[in-house]
Amino acid sequence: MTDAISTLGGGRPVSIHTDDAAKARLKTRYAAEMRFKWLGAGAVALAGFFLVLLLSTVVTQAWPALRMNYLMLPLDLSAAKVDPAKLDGFDFQGVINDALAAEFPDVTSRQDRRLLRGLISTGAGTFLRKDIAEDPGMLGTTVDYAVPLDDFADLYLKGLLADVGTDEAIATTVTPSGTTGDIELTFGDDAMLALARGHGATEGENGALTLTSGAASLLVALNGGTVKLTALAPGDGGTVVAKGLVIEALDSNAPAATGQAALRVIDTPESSRKISDKEIVWLDRLQSEGLTESRFNSIFFFTGASREPELAGVWGAVVGSFLTMIVTLAIAFPIGVSAAIYLEEFAPKNRLTTIIEVNINNLAAVPSIVFGLLGLAVFLNFFGLPRSAPVVGGMVLALMTLPIIIIASRASLRAVPPSIREAALGIGASKVQTVFHHVLPLAMPGIMTGTILGMAHALGETAPLLMIGMVAFIVDIPGGFTDPATILPVQIFMWADFPEPGFQQKTSAAILILLAFLVIMNAIAVILRKRFERRW
Amino acid sequence: MVGYLVLLLLALAAAAWWLGRSRAVASVNGEVARLHSLPGQHGMFLALFTAGPALLAVIIWAMATPGIESSIIANRFAAELSGMGVPQVEAFIRDARAIAFGGVVGFTDATKEAAAAAYRSIHATSLWIIWIVALALAAAGFFWAYGRIAPAYRARHVVERILRAFLILCSVVAILTTIGIVLSLIFESLRFFQQVPFYKFLFGTHWSPQSAFTGAGTEAGAVNEDIFGAVPLFAGTLLITFIAMLVAAPIGLMAAIYLSDYASKSVRAVAKPVLEILAGIPTVVYGFFAALTVAPFFRGMGESLGLDVASESALAAGVVMGIMIIPFVSSLSDDVINAVPQSLRDGSAGLGATKSETIRKVVLPAALPGIVSAMLLAVSRAIGETMIVVMAAGLAANLTANPLEAVTTVTVQIVTLLVGDQEFDSAKTLAAFALGLVLFCITLALNIVALRVVQKYREQYD
Amino acid sequence: MNIMTEAGVEQKLAQRTNEPPIKMKGEKVNVHYGEKRALFDVDLDVRENQVTALIGPSGCGKSTFLRCLNRMNDTIDIARVSGKITLDGEDVYDPKIDVVELRARVGMVFQKPNPFPKSIYENVAYGPRIHGLAKSKADLDGIVESSLKKAGLFNEVKDRLLESGTGLSGGQQQRLCIARAIAVSPEVILMDEPCSALDPIATARVEELIDELRENYTIVIVTHSMQQAARVSQRTAMFHLGYLVEEGATEKMFTNPDDKRTQDYITGRFG
Repeated sequence: MTDAISTLGGGRPVSIHTDDAAKARLKTRYAAEMRFKWLGAGAVALAGFFLVLLLSTVVTQAWPALRMNYLMLPLDLSAAKVDPAKLDGFDFQGVINDALAAEFPDVTSRQDRRLLRGLISTGAGTFLRKDIAEDPGMLGTTVDYAVPLDDFADLYLKGLLADVGTDEAIATTVTPSGTTGDIELTFGDDAMLALARGHGATEGENGALTLTSGAASLLVALNGGTVKLTALAPGDGGTVVAKGLVIEALDSNAPAATGQAALRVIDTPESSRKISDKEIVWLDRLQSEGLTESRFNSIFFFTGASREPELAGVWGAVVGSFLTMIVTLAIAFPIGVSAAIYLEEFAPKNRLTTIIEVNINNLAAVPSIVFGLLGLAVFLNFFGLPRSAPVVGGMVLALMTLPIIIIASRASLRAVPPSIREAALGIGASKVQTVFHHVLPLAMPGIMTGTILGMAHALGETAPLLMIGMVAFIVDIPGGFTDPATILPVQIFMWADFPEPGFQQKTSAAILILLAFLVIMNAIAVILRKRFERRW
Repeated sequence: MVGYLVLLLLALAAAAWWLGRSRAVASVNGEVARLHSLPGQHGMFLALFTAGPALLAVIIWAMATPGIESSIIANRFAAELSGMGVPQVEAFIRDARAIAFGGVVGFTDATKEAAAAAYRSIHATSLWIIWIVALALAAAGFFWAYGRIAPAYRARHVVERILRAFLILCSVVAILTTIGIVLSLIFESLRFFQQVPFYKFLFGTHWSPQSAFTGAGTEAGAVNEDIFGAVPLFAGTLLITFIAMLVAAPIGLMAAIYLSDYASKSVRAVAKPVLEILAGIPTVVYGFFAALTVAPFFRGMGESLGLDVASESALAAGVVMGIMIIPFVSSLSDDVINAVPQSLRDGSAGLGATKSETIRKVVLPAALPGIVSAMLLAVSRAIGETMIVVMAAGLAANLTANPLEAVTTVTVQIVTLLVGDQEFDSAKTLAAFALGLVLFCITLALNIVALRVVQKYREQYD
Repeated sequence: MNIMTEAGVEQKLAQRTNEPPIKMKGEKVNVHYGEKRALFDVDLDVRENQVTALIGPSGCGKSTFLRCLNRMNDTIDIARVSGKITLDGEDVYDPKIDVVELRARVGMVFQKPNPFPKSIYENVAYGPRIHGLAKSKADLDGIVESSLKKAGLFNEVKDRLLESGTGLSGGQQQRLCIARAIAVSPEVILMDEPCSALDPIATARVEELIDELRENYTIVIVTHSMQQAARVSQRTAMFHLGYLVEEGATEKMFTNPDDKRTQDYITGRFG
């Protein structure tokens, strides 16, 4: 095909690969090349994006749960209040409630008192009882005690429940008609009307406006108290007369001068948030008085499960996971390594070993939930082992992890060069001695790596354990292998299902803990591999 | 306590090892070279025969007693339990055990207290029996083996034979597991198909077994056969799997291609761990992610487009499952793509092909069987995945192909039917095993086909 | 003497010695694989419509040099090439030169036959397809047929063009690979020990083919067999430890080499 080569001026030969048509073809081909390459890069980037999205979602959700707000209350534990002889069954919650009520002498109605008590965790009394049992010296005096807040109050203080809004000075005079109950406020100009319209007020007749519970909350702070506006109407001479409900009593009904009163708008309507205006005002007061304190959330890390978000902890699940993993390791490691040694070093090539091999490969791909069914049918119903027990969970996970460990161990044994075996056999060692004295020690780092990765896999497994009842709600921290227990992933699963917003953060925080364990295990595996990796 | 017994046996084994060793050395007056086996091997021989049978007995005892004890109690209190259904009897036994040995007790009454007392006495008796049996076995084994230790005795052969037997036993555990799975699934499924004909299960289109549960004392004949039609579950599973593969197949494959043929070392050093982390994240975390982030996102997006997206849409569950499977697909594809010999790439490059032309027209066609099997394995993985769908897909068995609606899957239904206390014999719980059997068969078939294909493919290039 | 361009001088020289013009030219070619240096300042000319054989013991750099000619070394990450290699006077390592176009003009046949796992037809049609050389199906059929004919394979495979190329015998596979290279209409064909995986009969067929192809193509062949070099080539270059030891007309190299090492290698004292 050299006839295709012609010679143009300048003596440069031009072939079918260098003419203009070829150049044009080349251009489209390179465009396709770039498209393909970017497609690939995009796929990788997308995978990375998913990972970042997932982790950032979990971390941002989990972050607030690592701290918790407490209320510092002076508790009167004098003998008059608390009889040291009758601590059993004493109502410590009542002591705390009294101390809180003392902070709010204005709050008198039964309904409001109950609302106020709701700011404090229902478990506060239990903590106080425990602390007194540990330190009886607290009795007989008045102590400043850190009381855990209820989850909604806690979330509000973390700024997660409602947008809080800021105080803004009102640029006119405000005259209240009373100091408590339903009062009227007279504003010096009509700027308030436009403002209320802008925040969802309902129009009435003659320019009157009503602020229902579906609208934003408008809170006016003046004369040391707070008034929630409920309705506004144009008054005489360009003024605005607003009806309001006093949340906190005013000091006096003297008119507040321009700039003396402040308006605060909470845009989330009261009906669509989990915390009422009253609670917000109370909490703000407690906060401004320096009575709230944000601390490391030790409740979350060191207690068992609870139905109350602020009292729920992961420790029970962590212990349960730990017990389960011990059982899994104790069963899967020796059996898995033994099976791998037999199949790799001793097994003759016959039908049985082929079946075992195929079987192990298939077992590795059986859905985990099927192992749960096996555990339910065999361990629970046939052998009558206890439900929800780490020992059963461990056995099920061991069967599931077994193929992983066998496959990894075999690969590791296979990597030991035959020359080592021949050397040992050559000086008269028996086959068993060869394997246990020479081959196995050399393969051990690889086997350990495979085992750790298998255990990490088992640690994150959820579905089979649901089948054998580890999903039960268990408050106590398990003390043994046959105690009812739950495990970390199942705890995550259960919490994820709870509607309280507080649990959402706890779920994320529990995920963070689970991921931390997995990272540690994988890091150990990587270090083992790096440290002992040997190239033959 | 059994724990003490096990510790005692281990101590006995250690003592026996030392005794056997000393006796072997003494039998040749210290000239160890005259022994057939090393002194340590004689020690091991004695230790194995002392503790081995006894420990075996303890293990068998530990596996068998809970069941035996329960049935004795059930027999002894047959009169009191006669009026109760299966779940009540189970709860009764459970509470009695809890009272006797500690644990979470539902509520107590006089009968349970009596049963607990009986439990305690039976358990004490069985403890005595195992102590005596184990110690007798240990003594018998010790004296028998001790008498055999002699210079010419081939202790090493015996020890090695026992070891080998133990190794074989361990390999058989995998087979026993499979047999256990198959038997338990088939056994329970057969009981289910006695109540519900299998064609109604496999081809029926109405699934609402929750309504079958009308409380305790339901007569066996009252099972409504028509509410166990599993077709909506199969359809839902397929729909979600399809969506997952739509996400995972292209992204996983393209990522594998990019990483093996295009990426620079530094990109690979970042991207490979990213995929590994993605693979290592527990599925329950993906489930949380799906329910908390992805589902509301799709719902919001649907609303802004004027579409009605269910809050537990198949789309959200499928997409997140796809994300989970990406690393699975990419690592399998990576293996397959790397198995295509370099000579083919060189041949194509030598003809002046660009990289993408080489990949699309030479490498991928050559790797096609391997890629197909990788996809089959991924499908099998998606079908068997549980937590994502449990948390993000719905419970209602809608027969629909619309990804914006909520569908349910086989695994979701297994979990729903079996979580919580239920009577074990009801058609409802047995249905879960029938679903498990279907799941097992399908994934097994997919795996076998995929492994076959990949094996054939490997042979082609080896 | 007039002032002449370099090319002009060469042309003159070529005319004087009755040599064909230079097709490819290597000047001070160095190759590093990472830290290791594989080629040292190699200067070598490849002349049009001739077969140039590269000989030398294993690891002497002959394949490395061959792979520089169409930049196949680009596919090895750690390889670094310096010096100048020209094709028709154009530097092939010039950033302006497109490697795809270069490889289309300088084709390659490998040591081990590497047909794609596709049909025989698809194997040969692959090159023209990717380069867009055929305007129609009939055109493509024509290219495939003529390429297979030129490779001397057509009569053996004409009834089974749609069967897999991997099903052919080793010698047929290699000729298929040659046909595959020819189909792209290259100007130069590089052959990296094309017969090392073939039996003697298949080798003879391929050698015959190489001789026939010389009419239309410039061929560079790496071989470890001296007899093969003597049989098929017009010029021979001897490599040793990364250096070009000697280069010249094949006849002279085999009868009266200048360098002692060449003599030793040819007479079988080492290698």
